[in-house]
Amino acid sequence: MSLPNPAELISQMATRLKAHLEHRGISEPRYIGIRTGGVWVAQALLKELGSEEPLGTLDVSFYRDDFSQNGLHPQVRPSALPFEIEGQHLVLIDDVLMSGRTIRAALNELFDYGRPASVTLVCLLDLDAGELPIRPNVVGATLSLAAHERVKLSGPELALELQDLAL
Amino acid sequence: MTPLDTKRPLQLNDQGQLRHFLSLDGLRRELLTEILDTADSFLEVGARAVKKVPLLRGKTVCNVFFENSTRTRTTFELAAQRLSADVITLNVSTSSASKGETLLDTLRNLEAMAADMFVVRHGDSGAAHFIAEHVCPQVAIINGGDGRHAHPTQGMLDMLTIRRHKGGFENLSVAIVGDILHSRVARSNMLALKTLGCPDIRVIAPKTLLPIGIEQYGVKVYTDMAEGLKDVDVVIMLRLQRERMTGGLLPSEGEFYRLFGLTTARLAGAKPDCIVMHPGPINRGVEIESAVADGPHSVILNQVTYGIAIRMAVLSMAMSGQTAQRQFDQENAQ
Amino acid sequence: MKLSILGARVIDPASGLDQITDIHIEACKIVALGAAPAGFAAVDTIDAKGLVAAPGLVDLNVALREPGYSRKGSIVSETRAAAAGGVTSLCCPPKTKPVLDTSAVAELILDRAREAGNTKVFPIGALSKGLDGEQLAELVALRDAGCVAFGNGLESFRNTRTLCRALEYAATFDLTVIFNSQDHDLAEGGLAHEGPTASFLGLPGIPETAETVALARDLLLVEQTGVRAHFSQLTSARGVALIAQAQQRGLKVTADVALYQLILTDEALIDFSSLYHVQPPLRTRADRDGLRAAVKSGVISAISSHHQPHERDAKLAPFGATEPGISSVELLLPLAMTLVEDGLLDLPTLLARLSAGPAEALRLPAGKLAVGSAADLVLFDPTASTVAGETWLSKGENCPFIGHSLPGLVRYTLVDGRISHQA
Repeated sequence: MSLPNPAELISQMATRLKAHLEHRGISEPRYIGIRTGGVWVAQALLKELGSEEPLGTLDVSFYRDDFSQNGLHPQVRPSALPFEIEGQHLVLIDDVLMSGRTIRAALNELFDYGRPASVTLVCLLDLDAGELPIRPNVVGATLSLAAHERVKLSGPELALELQDLAL
Repeated sequence: MTPLDTKRPLQLNDQGQLRHFLSLDGLRRELLTEILDTADSFLEVGARAVKKVPLLRGKTVCNVFFENSTRTRTTFELAAQRLSADVITLNVSTSSASKGETLLDTLRNLEAMAADMFVVRHGDSGAAHFIAEHVCPQVAIINGGDGRHAHPTQGMLDMLTIRRHKGGFENLSVAIVGDILHSRVARSNMLALKTLGCPDIRVIAPKTLLPIGIEQYGVKVYTDMAEGLKDVDVVIMLRLQRERMTGGLLPSEGEFYRLFGLTTARLAGAKPDCIVMHPGPINRGVEIESAVADGPHSVILNQVTYGIAIRMAVLSMAMSGQTAQRQFDQENAQ
Repeated sequence: MKLSILGARVIDPASGLDQITDIHIEACKIVALGAAPAGFAAVDTIDAKGLVAAPGLVDLNVALREPGYSRKGSIVSETRAAAAGGVTSLCCPPKTKPVLDTSAVAELILDRAREAGNTKVFPIGALSKGLDGEQLAELVALRDAGCVAFGNGLESFRNTRTLCRALEYAATFDLTVIFNSQDHDLAEGGLAHEGPTASFLGLPGIPETAETVALARDLLLVEQTGVRAHFSQLTSARGVALIAQAQQRGLKVTADVALYQLILTDEALIDFSSLYHVQPPLRTRADRDGLRAAVKSGVISAISSHHQPHERDAKLAPFGATEPGISSVELLLPLAMTLVEDGLLDLPTLLARLSAGPAEALRLPAGKLAVGSAADLVLFDPTASTVAGETWLSKGENCPFIGHSLPGLVRYTLVDGRISHQA
């Protein structure tokens, strides 16, 4: 299976996002990337948009639903949101949407900061493997993987890699 | 022929993660750094309006305090609450232990109430180790201070304080002043500073307040404040308890203050950006001058905030380590 | 009853005998070594080829815990345990409940011991009433009731003059006083040797000077009063040096050491294991080496077990809340054999420290394997091993050596020619 070119995806996503924000009448969005992949995607997206807006970074380690099974993630870093959440229109950016649990955790965390006016979800890839009713508003590409396959994003120069767990 | 087994260190699981937090002895630098990094994240949480995260929701943390302590107890309670855990606090000094119930029975009763974690403070050195060895190994034990032996969360919050105000440990000169002999805080601090790579660790005290063999901690001993404080970056003042005056350890508080008290004049010998720390509660005019305790060098109040974050980190990591061990055992049983 | 023990390597340290020969026993005594006496027809024989036959071990410090501490032990259980360790004669310390300061208590102990029949028991009487260090106990009455020596345990005489008078009184009647020299004030509150290990663990320390200061005082008082003196439970190299100097000066004092002090050091405490909580405390490697050298040279002429059995609860608490003591009499011979295995002592010297030495120190009718002496013997296999704890007779399981494989195996212990233990 051939993976799409992230640079091309970013270009398309920028266009779609602009359209979406205009359609919703959102003029001053606040951009937030989910660490780590989402931050790389967000940085690339903001560059493509030519935006100088500050980027918030969100670490969802404390909000995950799998603490009882897997414990604490060893690479916890502080979240850093350089703006108010209350009453703002947020653009939440992640790299790969799989089960949807990361997004669920991110939403819970954001709501502990304040009550946003809206949240627009942007994902580089949607693997169509949702376990929760969460869909992106803007997506780069939708992929179908076999059960033993995973896709990994590296950055900050975006590059996609297909991993086979069976090997 | 010494019958010492080589077994896995009591406070670590098979993957080298914390599953109890008993003392800083034997913990690698990477693990201590991980605690500090995790605490940084919790500091950020503490700066928000909603200071809670759902990490330990559904877990029960039991504070079992055999020794009185308002400060440590409340910060542990706060830490557990901010992790969304259910918290029970038992001041055992006033209850069944005084009726003759053994320590082990007290804890086994609590264990039966399905606590996931105990935070224990006890007057006997080694109490936390004893509990970790004899109570169900799946209950995480956090040492809130045992006798003179260790106060690992205090040690770590002191390290966090130093790291946040000084950046790192590599080029630092740190002085610990006061009753080292009776201090679990001093022992934990010396161990932490050594592990984290501080090259110049000093202790300043009269001989009566220095334990035999203190050199084993890799520290330099001073009995004179002027010499000991010269060009230091950090001063940690220890509490001097009233009881030390009886039993011939010290003649009077006055003489101690004259010789070892941290005054503005003495502090002038340290580096100009030196920070002053104290585990609290402070005895003004005994170990420290009020002007210094309230002055620009003092980070004593910040230490309290860092304490909550460190305790949140330690509670999470120990709970996480217990979970990982359970997983590991289950997988290996198959 | 007539018994012949055939083909053992017979070692009698008192006479220097060390050869493979036969032992013939009749009416509780050894009647011949080598050829059987004319007309001697053995009723029983023991084939002792490959075994060592030695005088039954004489242990100067075995707490039987009776009367008064039944959770910790009884005369029956602890003498059985001692017999398993190769012991045929033992001394029990005066710290019972009530204290061994009246002839009634001495008689009770001796009666029970006789009934049990596992070892001979020679009680140590209290030097002061209630061990309070203030009032002299009725030493002569206690002697007449069977006490072989007198001591005050670790409870010190606070008043030096009172102690001096007690020693003078004992000297009047040629009674032996046993000293456990420790200065009360320097030792107070201490749980472990005052050194780097205790400092690291945050345990209050007992400095070496607690022993040496008291030893210096006690030795000078012994010199002044002329009392027969035996110094028990030494722990420090400096302390041993004081004893050696006194002996060189011509003072006829003897000394013993607990076997575990020759093996363990305070480093064993590092995990707060209460199994190593003992009083007086384990000290440093240098102290252990000094004690070992003194055992080798004979300055210390006796090794005892310092047996102190405890119920489980006594050791199941944080270190400072546990009771001190190790239960080890039933391992006395195999544990002591490690000193031969290490190359510190040869076998005859070890056996001397375990039999003739202790017997001579307190003038006990024991520790000899010769024609005419009581048939108190231990037969052991020096090439086999004992897995400590496989069977356990003492009520106290507080023994850090349990689980270890120790050199040597006691096959038979005989008291007055009768088998008191058989493996």
